[in-house]
This record gives sequence, structure tokens and C-alpha cells, in this order.
Amino acid sequence: MSMLSVAELAALVPDGAKLVVAKDESGVSMTMAFALMRRGTRGLHLVTVPVSGLQADMLIGAGCVATLETSGITLGEFGPGPCFGRAVKSGAIKLRDATCPAIYAGLQAAQKGIPFMPLRGIIGSDVLANRPDWQVIANPFAEDDPIVVLPAITPDVALFHAPLADRHGNVFIGRQRELMLLAHAARSTLVTAEHIVEGNLLDDEARSGSVIPALYVTAVAHAPRGAWPLAFGDEYPADAAWLTEYVARARSPEGFAQLLAGMTHGADAAGLNQGAHAARLAA
Amino acid sequence: MSAETLEAHAAGRAASSTEGLIYSIAGLLAGCRHVAVGASSPIPGAAALYTRARSNGATRVSVLGSRRHNAFTNGGVELFDLAAQGRIDAFFLGGGQIDGAANINLVGTGTYPRTDVRWPGSFGSAYLYYLVPRVILFREEHTRRVFVPKVDFISAPGPQENGVYRPGGPHAMITSLCLFGYDKARRRFVLQSVHPGHTVEEVLDHTGFEFDVPDQVPQTPQPDGAALALIRGQVRDEIGETYPKFAAQLAA
Repeated sequence: MSMLSVAELAALVPDGAKLVVAKDESGVSMTMAFALMRRGTRGLHLVTVPVSGLQADMLIGAGCVATLETSGITLGEFGPGPCFGRAVKSGAIKLRDATCPAIYAGLQAAQKGIPFMPLRGIIGSDVLANRPDWQVIANPFAEDDPIVVLPAITPDVALFHAPLADRHGNVFIGRQRELMLLAHAARSTLVTAEHIVEGNLLDDEARSGSVIPALYVTAVAHAPRGAWPLAFGDEYPADAAWLTEYVARARSPEGFAQLLAGMTHGADAAGLNQGAHAARLAA
Repeated sequence: MSAETLEAHAAGRAASSTEGLIYSIAGLLAGCRHVAVGASSPIPGAAALYTRARSNGATRVSVLGSRRHNAFTNGGVELFDLAAQGRIDAFFLGGGQIDGAANINLVGTGTYPRTDVRWPGSFGSAYLYYLVPRVILFREEHTRRVFVPKVDFISAPGPQENGVYRPGGPHAMITSLCLFGYDKARRRFVLQSVHPGHTVEEVLDHTGFEFDVPDQVPQTPQPDGAALALIRGQVRDEIGETYPKFAAQLAA
């Protein structure tokens, strides 16, 4: 385990990687998403656990994503993801629509090192009809019980933002237990942490049950306000003004490109970088 | 004026349409041991919390997105595991399109995958619709754009005769105009009541699929003074933790 900068961490996500990210409430490393866009990452197979918002929308808009495996993309109260909607309509991304528990089940299969996982429901839906990689088998233990089986989802990289990490590479996730699943399933796990603590998180019995041990963690970067402009637990709320402006500007490809250029060149010309700048100063 | 109406006036304003919906949905949750509420669902959330408040501790509520009203500690998968075990009695689903066979579409209009209009996606519907006994379909907009003869994409199908394990399915559907029951034997919606200020004709005009209309269709019962006081007090405070903007509107 090593402690890296965000840019160094981003260099560990190769083009074409199967990248798995968490839903907004679980901890999104927007700072890494920005770094991936800045680096001009291409061809990602993005898996959202089980849904995503701004992170997926921006990565799609920036052309980083070739395949999207998701149960839903929405910016919540800020509305639909404009880049996602455009990419669906133009066919710019390959869609693998899923349903939430199927994404968890696929990751659980990878976690257990088994090839597939059965799951209830789904039969008769067009989600199944459009997933040739999903199969229906007969329950081998009972009569007349067709059941869906899903192949393991083994990500090349799991990426998320966590509240705490120590210098050994142990990562505290609180109640966000699905981050444990991401780390267990993926071949490598990259974490940005809001705070770095001294000592060893596993020494504290009261919270060690909510710690991903360093054995699963490839690298950590210290990134205060690393989820900005999204909310992060009790630490900070979403930057509503930024998100409102994002939705307005990303409505057109030109507006999104302009916004992206402003962020990519680290200039404040787009105006939208001021929040990030202020966040860094405050950190 | 009925006694209920007088009491409502005594409590302040008469019930708003939102308060009427909260009260009606709560009526569908009677007897549930555990009600779960998904994302972006303030009205179902308020109805579930109302039911809990009146249950003397018999009803447990899990509101996704809430810290105080959600005790899950095993991540996002916990809701789905509970549902498959039969530990969730009621859940809420909506749809950009819903048809008379109770198929729901959360993906988009036109031909998949390059749909003309794309909605967020199917979320947990393709699973929970099979496993939760009382799925309440909730969609405020009651138009022929939503209630179509046949959905363009089946995120989750209504009940079918295909031998698939399915303890769950649609229990009722509530809109801004009316409440439908669901006849499991005939696999059809049945108009159960019409909300105050609306008519059966209006419902027929704005629904694109066929459904059964009994000879007598009552008006949807509305909250009395005590119910309104609970909605405007404790329920508003509790739902405000997850949906502050919605709670502010409830108070207005």
C-alpha cells in the first residue's frame, strides 16, 4: 500500500478498465472522476453500484465511457443526467441496463470466486430480454422453479471516497458496507480519503468491523472535499449552486465541453472551478 | 358539513391533495410489519411514517436515504435480501409508463436501447415487484401519456402465468385522480375510489388502458382533524429529515 496523489491514483486506471463506482450516498470520489477526465481516459466499462448520478454523467459526457452497466442514472432533485440522455440517444455508449440486486449479486459472485449467482425475480422483464449474458436455469434442487443466473462482475478497479484511512492503507467506511463488497470483488481498489488518521484503524475494536483492511486496498490518496460537488455524509452538503449550473450548461454538448475545458485546464475561466478552488483553500 | 369536515376546519386548513394522498396510501399499509420506501418517494415515505405513528410499534419503516429512519447496516443489498426472505410487506414503485396489465416502464419511450426519451433506469423494480406482497404503484400524473395501452419497455412485468416464483406484485395504484385496486384473478385494475373534486368520467378520459368500473364508485376518504394534525406535526418533522423541501411544502 502506498499513499499517492490524486493524479497518481488516476494513472492506475488504465483505458478500457472495468471500473466499479458506488452510488452517491456511499461515497463518490469526484476528485478522481475529474482526474480521469483530465487525463483523457477512454473506453471504460463503468459499473455503477447500483446507480449513479453526476459522476457517471460527467464521465460519459467527457467520452471516457464505452459501456455503461447500471440500474439507474439520475441527478436526483437536480433532474436527469443530460450527458447520459444524449449518449443513449446517439448510441455513443453501449448500454447494459440492470436491476439493483443483480449488480450486487454479480459482485458477490466475484467476491466468492464463483462464476455466477442465482437471483429471484427478473424473468419476464425486458431487462432480462436485453441481457444475453444473463441466463434462466432450472433450480437443480426443486421442480418447476426457473431462476435467473448472473455472471460474476469482476471489476479491474473499484473506486470510492471514504471518510478515514490510515497510513497502513486500512479504510474506514462506517455503515457504507457495500464499499466492502466493491473492494472484495475488484482486482484493485483505489480510495480517496477525506481524512488520514495516525495509528492503525484496526486497533480500535469499536470501529474495526467497518474497516476495509489494507489487504484489499491498492492505494489511497488524501483528498479533502474529495466528493465535491456531491454531498459527503455529515461532512458537507451537496453544492446545490454548482449542480444547478451544471444541469443548465450540460444541456448542450457545447455547454458541457466549455465547462469541461475550464475544469481540465484548471482555469477559473468557466467560473465553475471557483468552488473547487475555494474547497482546496479551505482544506 | 360533516363532522369530519368540521374537525378538519378546527385543525386549520382542509386537507390538501398531497395530504389526501398520504392518508390514502397509509390506508393501504394497514397491518404491515415492515414497510420499505425507495429513493425519491416523499409522499409514500410520509404515508409509511404516518402508518408507523398509528401502529403502536407494530409497523417498522425503512426509508432509503434516511439516517434516522433506516436501520440497515449491511449496505444497499440488505433491502433486497430482506425482500427475498419475505421480511418486507410493502414497497412503492412508479413508472414513466404503466399499462393495464400492470407492466411498468422506468427506462424510456421508443425503441430500446436508443430510446427517444430516456428515464433513469429500472432500479430494483425487476426484482422487488416479484417479491414484495403489497407493491403500491404510485404516480401522481394521471394522463394518457403515463397510463398507456402497452408500455414501450417492461422494466418489471405485471403478474403472468409462467410458473415463476412470485409471492409479490401489484396491490393497488394511486394517482392524483383516483385509487385503483388490482384484481389478481383477472389481472386487471379496478377503479376503487375517486378523489374529491374529480369524476369517473375524468379518470376514463385520462387513462389509456381498459379497467373495470363498478356501478358505485365512492369518493376517496379524506383525513380527519386528528389525522391532519399528525401529518402536519410528527410526520412532517420525520419526513423532513430526508425530504426538507417536501416537508416545507407540507407546512405551507
